[in-house]
Amino acid sequence: MEQTDRYIRQLILPGFGVLAQNKLFDAKILIVGIGGLGCPALQYLVAAGVGTIGIVDPDIVSVSNLHRQILFATNDVGQQKVIVAAKKMKQLNESVLIEPYPFAINKNNAIEIISKYNLVIDGTDNFAAKYLLNDACVLLKRPLIYGAVSSYEGQLAVFNVLEEASKSINYRDLFPDAPKPGEIQNCEQTGVLGILPGIIGTMQAAEAIKLITGLGKSLYGRLLNYNLLQAKTYEIAITKNAKAVAIDQSFFDATEYDFICDDAYVDIEEINVSAFNVMKAKPNTFVLDVRERNEYPDIDFADARIPMSELKGAISGLPEKDICIICHQGIRSVYAAQLIKMQRNLNVYSVKGGLTAWFKEMQL
Amino acid sequence: MEVLFFGSLIDETSISNIQVDTVSDTNELIQILCKRYPGLGSVKYFIAVNEKMVQGNTALNLNDTVALMPPFSGG
Repeated sequence: MEQTDRYIRQLILPGFGVLAQNKLFDAKILIVGIGGLGCPALQYLVAAGVGTIGIVDPDIVSVSNLHRQILFATNDVGQQKVIVAAKKMKQLNESVLIEPYPFAINKNNAIEIISKYNLVIDGTDNFAAKYLLNDACVLLKRPLIYGAVSSYEGQLAVFNVLEEASKSINYRDLFPDAPKPGEIQNCEQTGVLGILPGIIGTMQAAEAIKLITGLGKSLYGRLLNYNLLQAKTYEIAITKNAKAVAIDQSFFDATEYDFICDDAYVDIEEINVSAFNVMKAKPNTFVLDVRERNEYPDIDFADARIPMSELKGAISGLPEKDICIICHQGIRSVYAAQLIKMQRNLNVYSVKGGLTAWFKEMQL
Repeated sequence: MEVLFFGSLIDETSISNIQVDTVSDTNELIQILCKRYPGLGSVKYFIAVNEKMVQGNTALNLNDTVALMPPFSGG
């Protein structure tokens, strides 16, 4: 009865009813980025009664977020975004299952996370994440609801809705190649009026509800541009691009996605060589070498050598210790740390600069 | 014909739309635009003619509206 009362105003809509409501209950939506776009999308989807919502974000609430991320309050500053959001969403609608992921989406975790959901909402604020999300959603055949803002303008589109992935339009049909580092600024450096991502994020939620329930006409096949200052929308019919790359597993495996968003990995603590040397002397530290088996030189101070390519299956076997991860240059070790943090509640550190820095520092 | 600029492209052009005399195709138009706004030469965008995305060089008529749409990344 409470459930009927809660949703009564949408249940009585022509064309909505119990059938559409049940489709929302059964839906599993992933929102990547709980910022200006992701917050309003999350709030409306929780209120509407979507059954399961995953939320991914590595950041903590900062005071400069508050003008646009109105889910958060002043006393939330300093706290983990997804944890605060999950708590508030439980207060809003207890029947919705919120699954928080307090870290950045990356190449190593994207497939595993996205495959648990039916639909993905892009609330990210950088191109690296946008290309990664797009490519992973193409591979997994998950509809992707794209949103982005630039100064006073916003963009909205729906990708990957057709069964046949090769015919379905995706982000790379519009912009085949990812920009180079520094080519485009991110939201932190450019200004944004708080209400603009609020509008675009809310429209993303609307497209999600339409896709799930089958109501109305999806934005699929069109790019919508909204200009807040002019109060104008501009629509462009979009099509498959013959020059765009075919996204398959081997393309995904070969693509680097961390080209501009180094700051997306802030939740992994990187330690320098001297801090590492102090740590590795402690009995509660477990040093893990994630280099592949054919990489040299061998080192005698690692407690285990589990190549990155085999790490996934070995995480549950790691001891209850502080894990220090080392690799050749300190890049893979960050990924490895992300991977471990996903599954285990341990302190995980990545050795900055890897063995290259270590040998240099030790003058070996 | 009318040419519309969106998003960060306006940083390069300082104007959101201009009128251009007859040009035969999108390649010629882009050449003219890059001469007038050199910054356009180094940024990404796709081209739409009359609200439809086009691929490759596309013939243009006097009454066409051409839009240059860059990717946005803010969230």
